[in-house]
Amino acid sequence: MPHTTPSVASAASVDAEKNRERFVSAFRWMLLARTFEDKIAALYRAGKIVGGVYLGRGQEAFSAALGMQLDQKHGDVFAGLIRDQAGRMAFGEPLLDSARTYLGSAEGPMRGRDGNIHRGRPLRGMPAMISHLGAMISVVNGMLMAKRFRGRTDVVGGATIGDGGTSTGAFHEGLNQAAVERLPLVVAVADNQFAYSTATEHQYACENLVDRAIGYGVRGYRIDGTDLEACLEAFAEAIERARRGEGPQMVVGKLLRLAGHGEHDDARYIPPDLRDKPFGGDCLPLARERLLDEKWLSQDELDELVTTTQESVDEAVARAQSEPDPNPFRESWHALATKHLAEGTLPAD
Amino acid sequence: MAITYLDAIREAQSRALEEDENVYIYGQDVAAFGGAFKATKGLSERFPGRVIDAPISEDAIVGSAVGAAIEGMRPIIEMQFADFSSIGFNQIINQSATQFWRTGVPCPITIRLPSGGTEGSGPFHSQSLESIYAHYPGLIVMTPATVEDAYGMLLEAIRIDDPVIFCEHKLLYYHLKADELPKTILPVGKARIARAGRHATVVACSAMVHEALRAARELAEEGWQIEVVDLRSAKPIDTDTILASVARTGRLLAVSESFPWGGLTAEVVSRVSAEGFHLLDAPPQRLNSKDTPIPYHPNLWRAHRPTWQTIAAATRNLIQL
Repeated sequence: MPHTTPSVASAASVDAEKNRERFVSAFRWMLLARTFEDKIAALYRAGKIVGGVYLGRGQEAFSAALGMQLDQKHGDVFAGLIRDQAGRMAFGEPLLDSARTYLGSAEGPMRGRDGNIHRGRPLRGMPAMISHLGAMISVVNGMLMAKRFRGRTDVVGGATIGDGGTSTGAFHEGLNQAAVERLPLVVAVADNQFAYSTATEHQYACENLVDRAIGYGVRGYRIDGTDLEACLEAFAEAIERARRGEGPQMVVGKLLRLAGHGEHDDARYIPPDLRDKPFGGDCLPLARERLLDEKWLSQDELDELVTTTQESVDEAVARAQSEPDPNPFRESWHALATKHLAEGTLPAD
Repeated sequence: MAITYLDAIREAQSRALEEDENVYIYGQDVAAFGGAFKATKGLSERFPGRVIDAPISEDAIVGSAVGAAIEGMRPIIEMQFADFSSIGFNQIINQSATQFWRTGVPCPITIRLPSGGTEGSGPFHSQSLESIYAHYPGLIVMTPATVEDAYGMLLEAIRIDDPVIFCEHKLLYYHLKADELPKTILPVGKARIARAGRHATVVACSAMVHEALRAARELAEEGWQIEVVDLRSAKPIDTDTILASVARTGRLLAVSESFPWGGLTAEVVSRVSAEGFHLLDAPPQRLNSKDTPIPYHPNLWRAHRPTWQTIAAATRNLIQL
């Protein structure tokens, strides 16, 4: 920048440093999520995990960029869905919670009562998703309403969804409710081109899902969901605007699901050439190239990061595998907090 | 001054708002308008910002209540009619009812359902859904039949750390009166002997308790003493009180305004058959509404639901068995 004055150049270099830190930090979460999910997928194929395994492959940049820029300690909320391993961990979900829930450990947050991606710690800003798409938006709205009742208007709730989920009534009701109440909600729509096997032409008829934002009276953002920097910038702005009281924000990231719906699904219905088309790339190697090109990490640092990430994943999985399974004979088998009103068999307590 | 069932519901909410700053009311037309039945009339003025009009979005209304409950609030949700809770069904049974069991975080929400049939209300403004909700683990289902219970049980519902489906009967709103609000009530989970008798037991809840009582008065003139058990809650069911009554009478008729397939009456008969078979002198009987949608015209509607006449006829039949 030949014409900038020294003071501006100095400010710019601070921004550049922040930019580097943000990018590297997001990349770490993406790598951790991919490494963990590769491990979980392998365990699933080996028959070590019951139920389903759902991967966020190809969506890590979009997911991490939201989760990472929310502030759990400040009181923010993050409601991730099935492709948000990266965002969940970037927000603050311990790796061990993920491993424990997939493996059904009695020590995990769901204690074997629920599994895989149906996990959370609601009191730490992480409500546990149910499978019905769109249903978590209004839950986040309610958490934000509660905080507002207590005078907290500077907290932000992030909720994620896919292109398929935007077709539900619950999504519509939730986003409209947030808009009517002017809640500090950021909705991340990962348009990954397929809802299970259904392509977007059977899911919506608008040109881009962001076109819906104006209909709800919310600010919309349209980004390339494979571009980590674009994701970071869009969510930074959306979170900042929501925190300032500008109401709900809707970020639509176009990308491609680089896995089956779940690991049981070989996704042969996805035409292979989509990977070579716009938004068909893999965000992780794209971000890695950028890191190396910008010299934000050296090859040695990157290799070291890959090694330590793999070690932490192996350690968490090994620990979760060594923990006790839930014991049906010690299970309380009642679903109420108000124990004396529970029907059915109660333990002697 | 007489207090109606509806007044009691309003007063309970008013007291809850006053006593606990975590309580708020959310529903369609509940704020300045005071609700479709005026169950929240005047509350938004008394408690500014805590009685909030919602968009016509039953799913999001309940979903947001779950979120607020996670954060420690105690929302009261007014469904405009019980029938419309079907739109919020997913959030009620999958989100609110599973929350505590899955995560260990309690979900103290109260969902008020203006329930039951009235003349001319037709298929979509008349339903009694206590059996549907009682089916799901994680929910408590209250069905108050008296002004005292409408007040006391609603206060208790708001204080309970679980989602409570509060079925308030529209037919009782204006006509059922008491002299004053109760200081105490029977604990939730206990049934009440609404009328003592020794020839047969009629188990009912909500508006059907009053039909059963009238049938019992009618049969008293014929020399039969009918015991009427007011269930008070559809979940939990106070099986002990029912069995104790059947032990006295030897005969059981279970009455409900909901549809005949399965449900509350089937559950009562099933429990008494399984746990109190030796107490029975006759096959236990059930009386429900008919297995069609709820009709519009008063002639059809009166014939569709159990009434004191059909309860009396069923009880006479039971006594002859």
